[in-house]
Amino acid sequence: MEFTHQLIQQLINGVSLGSIYALIALGYTMVYGIIRLINFAHGDIYMLGAYVGFFATTTFKMPFLPALIMAMAVAAVVGIVIERAAYRPLRQAPKIAVLITAIGVSLLLEYGGMILVTPQPRTFPAVFPAHTYNIGGIIVNNQQIVILAVSIALMVLLTYIVHRTKTGKAMRAVSFDTDAARLMGIDVDRIISITFAIGSGLAAAAGVLVGIYYNSIDPLMGIMPGLKAFVAAVLGGIGIIPGAMLGGIILGVIEALVSGFISSTFRDAAAFAILIVILLFRPSGLLGKNVREKV
Amino acid sequence: MLKVDSINVYYGGIHALKGVSLEVREGEIVTLIGANGAGKSTTLRTISGLIKPKNGQIEFEGKNITGVPAHHIVSLGISQVPEGRRVFANMSVLENLELGAYLRQDAKGVEADMAQVFERFPRLAERKSQLAGTLSGGEQQMLAMGRALMSRPRLLLLDEPSMGLAPLLVKEIFAIIKDINAGGTTILLVEQNANMALSIADTAYVLETGRITLSGTAKELSQSEAIRKAYLGG
Ligand SMILES: Nc1ncnc2c1ncn2[C@@H]1O[C@H](COP(=O)(O)OP(=O)(O)OP(=O)(O)O)[C@@H](O)[C@H]1O
Ligand SMILES: [Mg+2]
Repeated sequence: MEFTHQLIQQLINGVSLGSIYALIALGYTMVYGIIRLINFAHGDIYMLGAYVGFFATTTFKMPFLPALIMAMAVAAVVGIVIERAAYRPLRQAPKIAVLITAIGVSLLLEYGGMILVTPQPRTFPAVFPAHTYNIGGIIVNNQQIVILAVSIALMVLLTYIVHRTKTGKAMRAVSFDTDAARLMGIDVDRIISITFAIGSGLAAAAGVLVGIYYNSIDPLMGIMPGLKAFVAAVLGGIGIIPGAMLGGIILGVIEALVSGFISSTFRDAAAFAILIVILLFRPSGLLGKNVREKV
Repeated sequence: MLKVDSINVYYGGIHALKGVSLEVREGEIVTLIGANGAGKSTTLRTISGLIKPKNGQIEFEGKNITGVPAHHIVSLGISQVPEGRRVFANMSVLENLELGAYLRQDAKGVEADMAQVFERFPRLAERKSQLAGTLSGGEQQMLAMGRALMSRPRLLLLDEPSMGLAPLLVKEIFAIIKDINAGGTTILLVEQNANMALSIADTAYVLETGRITLSGTAKELSQSEAIRKAYLGG
């Protein structure tokens, strides 16, 4: 009984943590799907989102939802600008040059962020009063519920956009065969911009949610979750949208189980160990059986 | 309708088209034949705006379209069925056709054209929700053609539509090309199957390692000794 309780408890913690990884992983996977770039600056967009959320709720006294939308919007614009300024000029350049640029952009955001908002961690305000529910010994708090609700809503929205809208179909077309997409009349640059906007918006949402969950944010907060979300994206099959969702959740659950049953010291090591094992058996990720099917 | 005037195209250091000129008159079927690597696909890709020529000019319906990006070329009325079909394998037949109509705003017209495509290619109608990647080669060719027609082009560029198809299917595809042309769409047809291409074309050009070496009416060319030797197997 004690064990099942503990297990369910950790599963709940894991799924809420995992849905945050999933939100970030989606940006990695979408950008990779469309321009085959691992956008290393993506984790820092998540940090940026957390800060916009912080200032929106503190300085501008915004309620949760407007603050969330504001953070997503600002991050979307920054994502578009980064792509235009840093990646687009390198469209024909060797992969390695773009990768190094991405690392440069990442460092710029991290250390630029330190200049702008100081390296001091900030305490994220309690956007809504913390409330815990005890359901037969299992503790759920309303932050976890909000995280889950927002993540699910965003993922449903994304799936709808990608599968049902014209822009979403264009994104899938560009991802599959860029030149063929051009021949349809699709403005590929515009689709790339939209992809960066959506991916960045989702990462920013994750940043705000994490701020609410852990209360503390700092300019380097994007490094570790960014890396883990990347792992999640690869785990699910890079370039595959449902893969990023699945990979994120699995990673979150593994981490929670390791923290709960073994020790939180091994949490990160376990996450990366699992990645290595899964990739040994499924080099193209969990949902990556068909190499050509990217989105 | 289309005038290509001494274009030079390079891939890095490779000089792929060396001053190619050709003309397509409205209502015609013009064929461009030549061996592997002659530059046929490069010619079509340049017309479609996927590659920019280093110099030379391309004119369509009196407008200079040299260097216009591919997604604008489509809206001008030129559509291409690329070599190897290039259907979106991870999407359904219906979605592929919808993408063909990507730039169009007239929902009614799109619907009518969709119905026409299904009428022309009944096999596609039976497979609307099937993933394009699971279609047979012939069906994929039909889908690629249907998709190109969905933008309602005035000039249709076809790159080796007979590639990899059984003789019976090749016949069927060529009959459809003739029919599309009879419906008022001008056609520039790239082929290695010179026999078939010359049999339906009005005008023909021969491309050899980046240069047009022969041109004339399809009839003239099919009787020419040099062409018979090089491309028609005797
Ligand atoms: N992306 C590319 N990069 C470098 N060289 C290329 C590229 N595409 C084509 N070429 C070269 O340009 C020349 C013309 O190629 P193209 O594909 O136009 O020939 P083709 O006549 O269509 O041949 P095929 O009948 O085999 O399709 C060839 O020598 C080819 O190697
Ligand atoms: Mg070719």
